[in-house]
Amino acid sequence: MNRPQLLGAAAIVSLAVLTSCMPEQSVRAAVKDSKTRKAAPDFTLKDANGKTVKLTDYKGKVVLLNFWATWCGPCKIEIPWFKEFETTYKNQGFAVLGVAMDDDGWDAVKPYLADKEVNYRVVVGTEQVSLLYGDVESLPTTFVIDREGRIASVHVGLISKGDYTNEIKQLLSPDKPAEKPATPTAAGTNAGY
Amino acid sequence: MRVISLLLAVSALMQAQTITMMLTPPMSVTAKRGATVAVKVQARLRDGYHCNTNTPSDEYLIPLKLTWTAPGSLQVADVKYPKGTMEKYPFSEKPLSVYSGVFDIVTDFKVPSDAKPGQSTIAGKVRYQACDDRACYPPKTLEVQVPVIIE
Repeated sequence: MNRPQLLGAAAIVSLAVLTSCMPEQSVRAAVKDSKTRKAAPDFTLKDANGKTVKLTDYKGKVVLLNFWATWCGPCKIEIPWFKEFETTYKNQGFAVLGVAMDDDGWDAVKPYLADKEVNYRVVVGTEQVSLLYGDVESLPTTFVIDREGRIASVHVGLISKGDYTNEIKQLLSPDKPAEKPATPTAAGTNAGY
Repeated sequence: MRVISLLLAVSALMQAQTITMMLTPPMSVTAKRGATVAVKVQARLRDGYHCNTNTPSDEYLIPLKLTWTAPGSLQVADVKYPKGTMEKYPFSEKPLSVYSGVFDIVTDFKVPSDAKPGQSTIAGKVRYQACDDRACYPPKTLEVQVPVIIE
């Protein structure tokens, strides 16, 4: 194979790979049936005050576990929603737990949390925790965890506030019928965990 | 056979992470001593993706930046980034200053009059952070190498 042929072959392979890497198309948000849910992997990280946070500390609560970063535009949109969820549902056994994936750690994250007046707990994530949750690369990626510590739904990318609200309500009161999902402005992918 | 194996290996490596940008530097550049030479690096973003320009709209966004880490005997005079476009995305309250598709980053190098004639390679890196219309990907750094012939 001569040089032009080699370059041509490389270009074809590159294009094929780029095409194959395209993410899945949008899928509706939905809470999985309780029988098919898998346990959310436990982890131990520090919060902004240096206190140890374990996911198992939240057992008995519905948890919105949100992987995000300060440089992530879609994550910025969700923060006011999550602040509202934290306030509205806290007394019903709900908590938001943010996992910041900034390489610069607290140096980047602390000023951002202060700027955005984040009212929920945030930890700085690690590669190990990312791997536990399927090598989180796209941000935001959010796991909604039921009271038994099982993953009820996963959302890769931005979904609507209404979809999150509906899922949280479903998990807080599982006997109530689910509300009709809101029409998303930008539906994310409901990954098959 | 070795070529196919190499291509398959490259393909596997590229699939390991989301590849959002490819760089095409010039095959080689000829520079005359005492003159200025422009080096154009072409960047190509994957369809459906964008990255922040060198001057993002928000203080928290990560700018695209080309840094020449090993310019050899050449002196970086100016790195010229394209203007980009202002785009509105479902996740942004305001339009963002972004690049998408194909764009060029042009660096002007001064060639000292006492530069040693001959062939060498200069090297740099492009740091960027890409998103699609609903998710973002961690900042990445791509290496750039350009063979330079000084006359």
